[in-house]
Amino acid sequence: MTIKKEQLILGIETSCDETAVAIVKNGKEIIANVVASQIESHKRFGGVVPEIASRHHVEQMTLVIEEAFRQAEIEIQDVDAIAVTEGPGLVGALLIGVNAAKALAFAHDIPLVSVHHIAGHIYANRLVTEMDFPLLSLVVSGGHTEIVYMKEHGHFEVIGETRDDAAGEAYDKVARVLNLPYPGGPHIDRLAHEGTPEIDLPRAWLEPNSYDFSFSGLKSAVINTVHNAEQRGEVIAPETLAASFQASVIEVLVTKAVQAAKEYKVKQVLLAGGVAANKGLRAKLTEAFSELEDVQLVIPPLSLCTDNAAMIAAAGSILFEKGKRADLTLNGNPGLDISIHND
Amino acid sequence: MKILSIDTSNYALGIGLLDENQVMGEYISNIKKNHSVRIMPAIQTIMNECGVKPAELTKIVVAKGPGSYTGVRIGVTIAKTLAWTLKIPLTGVSSLEVLAASAGRHFDGYISPLFDARRGQIYTGLYQFREGSLTTVKEDRLVMTADWAPSLSSLDKDVLFVGNDLPLHQQVIEQALGVKARFAEVTEHNPRPAELALLGRNRKEEDPHSFVPNYIRLAEAEAKWLESQK
Ligand SMILES: [Zn+2]
Repeated sequence: MTIKKEQLILGIETSCDETAVAIVKNGKEIIANVVASQIESHKRFGGVVPEIASRHHVEQMTLVIEEAFRQAEIEIQDVDAIAVTEGPGLVGALLIGVNAAKALAFAHDIPLVSVHHIAGHIYANRLVTEMDFPLLSLVVSGGHTEIVYMKEHGHFEVIGETRDDAAGEAYDKVARVLNLPYPGGPHIDRLAHEGTPEIDLPRAWLEPNSYDFSFSGLKSAVINTVHNAEQRGEVIAPETLAASFQASVIEVLVTKAVQAAKEYKVKQVLLAGGVAANKGLRAKLTEAFSELEDVQLVIPPLSLCTDNAAMIAAAGSILFEKGKRADLTLNGNPGLDISIHND
Repeated sequence: MKILSIDTSNYALGIGLLDENQVMGEYISNIKKNHSVRIMPAIQTIMNECGVKPAELTKIVVAKGPGSYTGVRIGVTIAKTLAWTLKIPLTGVSSLEVLAASAGRHFDGYISPLFDARRGQIYTGLYQFREGSLTTVKEDRLVMTADWAPSLSSLDKDVLFVGNDLPLHQQVIEQALGVKARFAEVTEHNPRPAELALLGRNRKEEDPHSFVPNYIRLAEAEAKWLESQK
C-alpha cells in the first residue's frame, strides 16, 4: 500500500467582493493563490453593492479556478478535498462559490468541506507560522471584530465580539466624514501617521472583564467633533482627527487582546482579518506583546490578511483531517456561527 | 450523446437528461423553496437513477434567464463549472423560450411566455413554431403587461399566454385582447427541462468562462450610477 504523503486542498471564497481560489498543500504551503478583486467596480458606489458583487462572481468564477490550477500545475483529480466558504457574508455572493464547489465535487467525486469565513482568517496564520495551542485570535475586519479562543485545531470559542459596528465599518464611516475615498481604512491609517492624537475621543471599555467591543459611540463622537468645530467656524486637520480616532480604536483592541491573553494563558495571539493590514495596529500590538514573554504574537503578511482562498483551504485542511464533510445540500449561510466547526 | 439541462431561473426547478432521441429523465418541482439546497442533489439523483456518470455527459444546457437574479445565477454557475471542468460544450437558452416550447409546440399562432416581474411588469417575448422549430418574433424584454398586451392586438393570429404567474396578469391581457388571447392549461405552465435540452441540443456553444445570465435589467445601483454620469 502506498501512503499518500501530500494533502492538497482546493479553497474557494466568494463571501464579499473578492472571487478567490487557492490550492494549499498539507494545510500550510500555498501552491496557488488567485484573487480577483472587484474593488474598482464598487468604488463607484462608495461600498460593496451585493447584486453587483454577485454578478462579478459569476463572471470570474471559472476563470479564477482555471488560473489556480494553471499556477499549481496540478489537475483537479489530484485534489483531496474542496473547501468553500459557507458563511458569513453576502448570501448572493456566497452562493456562487458554494455552487461552483458543489459542481466540482460532484463532477469528480471529491469530498466537500464547508468553512466559516472567520475560521479561514484565523488559519491564514498557519500559512506562515505553525499554531501553538491554546491560542487567541484577534479578528478585525470590515464585518467583524472579535476575540476567538482556540484550545485545539478546529475548535473555536468567541470570547468577545462587537455589539454594534465592526472596527472596519467604523473606519469606513469616519473616512466618509473626512471625505476620503472608499475603502477608507488604509487612508485613515496613512493620515493617522501624519498627525498626532490630540483630540480626546472616548474608549468603550464596556463592563470590566468583558472582551466585547463597541465602536458606534466613537463614530458618533467623531461626527460630533467635526460638527461642533464647523459651528465654531474652525477646521480640524484631518490628520489630527484620523490619528485621534485610530488611537482610540487601537488602544481598545490592544488592551483587550493583552488582557485576554493573560487571563486565558495562551501561547499565541494571532492577528486576523482585513484590518490586520493596519500599520498602526500592527505596531501597537507588537509593542504590547513584546512585554509578554510567554506569548508569541503572529501577524500574517498583508496579502493573507485580506480575503483570499488560501486561508479557506488552510482551515479546510484541518477540518478535512478531522472528518468534517459537507454534502450537496450545502447552502450559503450569511449568519453562520463559527461554533459549527466544534465537535 | 447525453445532455444535462438545468433550469433554476424561476420558482420551477428543472433537471433534464436527454439521450440520443429519448428523454431519460426529468425532474420538476414548482415550490418556493431554496434552489441552492435542492439543485445538486436533484442532479445527482436523476443521474444515478439513469446510470449516467458525470464523465459521460456530452453537453450542458442551461436556462439563462430572465428570472430571479439569484435563481438564474445558481443554475448558470453550476452549468458553467460543470461544462468547464468536464470539458464539454455549454449552451444557454432563454428561460422564456423554454416555457414557450413547453406549451405551444402544436399551437398555430404566437406564444407569449411570461414571468411576473412585480409592479405590473412581466418578463416576456413573442415566439412562434414555424415548421416545427421555435422562432423568436419579439425579443425577450421587461415590460408592463398593460403595454405589452395591446401591442399584440394587430397580430394576424391568436396569442397563447403561458406561465405560472398568469393569474396575476390574465385580466389585463383579456381586457386588451379579448378572444384573441388564449391561455395555456394548468399542466403546461412549468418550463420542461427536456424541452430545454432539446432547444440547446444543436445550438452553438458558449465559452464557459465568459458565459453570464441574461438578466435583462441592469443592477439597480448600476442603472442609477449610469444615470448620474449623464
Ligand atoms: Zn474577511
